[in-house]
Amino acid sequence: MSPAILLLLAVGLGLAGWLAARARAWAFRRESSDGRLASLPTYHAWYVALWVVLPLAAFITLWSFASPYLVTQSVLATPAAAELPAFGIQRESILREAQSVASGSASAVFNPQSEAFVEPFRDALARYNLIGLLATLVIGFAGGAWAFLRLRPDFSARTRVEKIVMSLLLIASLVAILTTFGIVASLIFETIRFFGMVNPIDFLFGAHWAPDPMANPDNPDPTRYGAIPLFWGTIYIGAIIAMIVAIPLGLMSAIYLTQYADPKVRSWLKPALEILAGVPTVVYGYFAALTVAPFVRDLALSMGISNASSESALAAGLVMGVMIIPFVSSMADDSIAAVPQSMRDGSLAMGATTSETIKRVLVPAALPGIVAGIMLAISRAIGETMIVVMAASTAANLSANPLEAMTTATVQIVKLLTGEGSFDHPATLSAFAIGFVLFLVTLGLNFIALRVVKRFREAYE
Amino acid sequence: MSDVAPQQAPSDGMPSRSAAFEARLKKRYAAERRFKLTGLVAVLFSVLVLAFLLVTMTINGVGGFQRTELAVPIDFTEAGLTGDPATLSGPDATQLLEAQGLASVVEFYAEESLGANASAELNGNAWREVATAIIADPAILRTKQTFWLPSSADLAAGYEGEGSAELQALATDLAEQGKIDKRFDIGFLTRSDATDPQAVGIWGALKGSMLTMLVTLLMAFPIGVMAALYLEEYAPKNRWTDIIEVSINNLAAVPSIIFGLLGLAVFLTIFPNFRSAPLIGGMTLALMTMPVIVISGRNAIKAVPPSIRDGALAVGASPVQVVFHHVLPLALPGILTGTIIGMARALGETAPLLMIGMRAFVATPPDGLTSPATVLPVQIFLWSDEIDRGFVERTSAAIIVLLIFLLLMNGLAIYLRNKFEKKW
Amino acid sequence: MVTVIHPNLDQTDAKMNASDVSVFYGDKMAIDNVSIEIPTKYVTAFIGPSGCGKSTFLRTLNRMNDTIPTARVEGTITLDGDDIYRSKMDVVQLRARVGMVFQKPNPFPKSIYDNIAYGPKIHGIAQGKEELDNIVEVSLKRAGLWEEVKDRLTDSGTALSGGQQQRLCIARAIAVDPEVILMDEPCSALDPIATAKIEELIAELSGRYAIVIVTHSMQQAARVSERTAFFHLGKMVEYGRTSDIFTNPVEQRTQDYITGRYG
Ligand SMILES: Nc1ncnc2c1ncn2[C@@H]1O[C@H](COP(=O)(O)OP(=O)(O)OP(=O)(O)O)[C@@H](O)[C@H]1O
Ligand SMILES: [Mg+2]
Repeated sequence: MSPAILLLLAVGLGLAGWLAARARAWAFRRESSDGRLASLPTYHAWYVALWVVLPLAAFITLWSFASPYLVTQSVLATPAAAELPAFGIQRESILREAQSVASGSASAVFNPQSEAFVEPFRDALARYNLIGLLATLVIGFAGGAWAFLRLRPDFSARTRVEKIVMSLLLIASLVAILTTFGIVASLIFETIRFFGMVNPIDFLFGAHWAPDPMANPDNPDPTRYGAIPLFWGTIYIGAIIAMIVAIPLGLMSAIYLTQYADPKVRSWLKPALEILAGVPTVVYGYFAALTVAPFVRDLALSMGISNASSESALAAGLVMGVMIIPFVSSMADDSIAAVPQSMRDGSLAMGATTSETIKRVLVPAALPGIVAGIMLAISRAIGETMIVVMAASTAANLSANPLEAMTTATVQIVKLLTGEGSFDHPATLSAFAIGFVLFLVTLGLNFIALRVVKRFREAYE
Repeated sequence: MSDVAPQQAPSDGMPSRSAAFEARLKKRYAAERRFKLTGLVAVLFSVLVLAFLLVTMTINGVGGFQRTELAVPIDFTEAGLTGDPATLSGPDATQLLEAQGLASVVEFYAEESLGANASAELNGNAWREVATAIIADPAILRTKQTFWLPSSADLAAGYEGEGSAELQALATDLAEQGKIDKRFDIGFLTRSDATDPQAVGIWGALKGSMLTMLVTLLMAFPIGVMAALYLEEYAPKNRWTDIIEVSINNLAAVPSIIFGLLGLAVFLTIFPNFRSAPLIGGMTLALMTMPVIVISGRNAIKAVPPSIRDGALAVGASPVQVVFHHVLPLALPGILTGTIIGMARALGETAPLLMIGMRAFVATPPDGLTSPATVLPVQIFLWSDEIDRGFVERTSAAIIVLLIFLLLMNGLAIYLRNKFEKKW
Repeated sequence: MVTVIHPNLDQTDAKMNASDVSVFYGDKMAIDNVSIEIPTKYVTAFIGPSGCGKSTFLRTLNRMNDTIPTARVEGTITLDGDDIYRSKMDVVQLRARVGMVFQKPNPFPKSIYDNIAYGPKIHGIAQGKEELDNIVEVSLKRAGLWEEVKDRLTDSGTALSGGQQQRLCIARAIAVDPEVILMDEPCSALDPIATAKIEELIAELSGRYAIVIVTHSMQQAARVSERTAFFHLGKMVEYGRTSDIFTNPVEQRTQDYITGRYG
């Protein structure tokens, strides 16, 4: 039985409970002398419905994890299982094929060995489907009955329902912590495994990066795991080239839009910037690889620079800068808007021109906000993946020449984790170590930037 | 107030009118104009990039909605195929036609009309399109029909003036006879991935995107809204709330690829069988989208004036009733705007999905949340890596489709924002 | 320092009774040891200079202060002898019995009908649609708004004029059949004509409900109330019949305030 069907059943039972409880509450209401209950009939209804649905939701979630496992276990307990290869992909595929035939999603088996398992699977599926169904019904009825029997004219159903609602809201807000925790835990866990194979010092300070996923995993060559070149590439592309493009253009755009453009022009230009911000990075990446990178190379060649790469840091950085412009612009826009009008008026009233006011008063006053915005922009640029995956190189290269090929942290993560490497190989695990460093750096940047923004806002409030 | 003299015409003696001042003023005004111009140029640069991007994509992409086809007249009356609506309505109709030798019939007529060289450049699966046409209308078995059938990718390149010289010559030849043409290819929107650019379509990826987005929406929206309500309306000011707030603000700025690492390390460990599945992709993107919904949701909730809460409390509404009867309905347009923007971002997201294996070659559209799938942006990425020239146009066409979806979503968000902007 | 209570108060049943009430915002004391009886059938006015704690005290009477996280109340307040700050007290029931009208009209952005019907609905007062219609009509009539809006009950409450909105808010408070109505400067956002209408309305409502009104206008206090309490710097300085307070105040500060020498 698919979880979806069980969930549907749960909703159905909940609805039944809802209606029954409501009818009951109305009956109380008719019988009572003043026609008033402690809580509205609707709350009685929700009380029962929640008692039906919530335990069921928990059960169905657990069951959808447990039942496939239970089914497979019971099939493996049949005599036919002795014929199976002890482990490996083949065993998996035989079982999976038999299972899909048994559940009706495929009509015939390719692998003759699977044939023997179709019947056991069919039996096991039927049995566990029945168990799941019965358990669902029992739990639903039990929860519903328990709640239903508590209904009384003076039962404060509303308070109970509201308590449940409040707990659900609280749980929902904990998901954020859980996610953060999940990220940190999974990164740290794999990183520690990696550092068990490669010394952190070699990783953080080595200058040669060439992990070999095919090498013997038990005896990795630490000199191939020096991450300095990719950190350098990441910073060079994301924090230097991209920012050289994005900061002046973004800042000037914000200044023009907030201080000069008349409302009508602004109402056209601003959405254009928003659209630019909404263009998916894979599109920028395609644009970078197809148009900008060849253009940069050809330009360099025509200027007589012969070693220009078609995967140059410059091309990736330029496109990334363009991608970041709207972001910088909107952060600067917010910061400038937060500066009190009185400051601007004060300067203008002294006879300063608009540009003098902007340069001498507005920008300095908005500077903390702008700097924070730039930090967020850098954090975004160094974490950006698709542009560099498509336009930058996969080969690490420690160089200051923007026309040379360079790689970044994100490129390496993608490269190492989308190959066919095994999950236990240091080359694969090193991707998590890179990810961890990236996470820490972006976290630091964001944390400081958000604090600065907050202080800055409060200062002018 | 009697000491204010009537304003005099500026006399030369006034210090503000010295020649030096005039000169400086002129300079200052010039600087002012330059500064303003710089700003304008900065904005126009972005606009131009956008325009250039859209124009390049459109020019390339228009070709992607077309494919090179060859004209093959088939005379079914003498082809010896049989079939009636009853036999041709079953699921095995294509096999039935194949068994009757439809493929060789098509080959025969192609050779007859185009010559041996050109008919060899007919796409290997061309006969399937004829089969589809017959199944759709068995009556054509009694007629003579000209079909436009896809050519091979090589001939298509030749028609574009690329590739081998022979094929270019052949294409020119055929073109003179009017037997080759680039025609609008509706199948691009209904087929799935393939190795042959002539045979690819985006339906598989599109469906994968939709399923993924469905999971994302179903998870991120309720959780995001509930968290926003809790934090904005009920959360006591304490350490825990601070930690939650900091987490959410930081999650919103964590690089998307990190979420992919989380999905890989956590979700794929729990569900190893669901590699490449929209369920896992959707869950990963939901974690990424949720903070966006929480943050925009909180802003929308904050914008509901406190006096409305007071009014409801004063007639005896409980805090939960205040929120669900008054605050939430009023904040909903704002929350929806934020949700759509978050969903649009998720729809364009590629990197985290690469991490969880949604980059596999998937030639059939996914039939559920747990079957292997790819999504539109990943499809674009995969095609962009193909060497075959035919994929360049297909990639741009796929980008156009993606951009249309994103524009629609963003347009809807802007519409909602304008329509429901502060009514109270 | 103790509150001066005028001696010749006529005996009347107290609807609410506050004794030794102090209110704090964090560490800051906003109300200092106030004791007062709110009579059942009368209109009681709270007057005093800005920031003296009138609103704060008013909001303690139906626990609207609960919505301010930093606010803390000491002392006891009873409604018909029940301590409203006891832990088992259902705040929702309390606010249904002690309604409130705010300084700025705050109708819900819903239809006029729904504005009035909301309270009865959540309290389950009406048994059916007809009864609800009836409650809406009676409440609007009592608030003197029926004639003006009876043909457009589905229009948004926010589309009314300021004075009408305030009467809508009074009707909304009446609709849940409260015993006490608290009004915090209900006329301060209104023009003189709308103000006159509200005052008229208060006069009509008095006797049916215990009414407490905060006002900055001496004339208004004198016109609409039977009892007046003068607050100053968080303390209740003087309390008595309105005529007594205005004609022969005991305390110098009261004297100064009502003669406009100060505040
Ligand atoms: N939410 C709050 N947090 C902290 N202090 C507050 C808060 N509300 C009011 N106060 C303070 O408590 C004191 C009394 O305020 P209150 O609003 O009760 O005065 P008021 O007499 O109603 O004044 P007004 O006539 O201006 O309405 C003031 O000093 C005020 O600053
Ligand atoms: Mg006040």
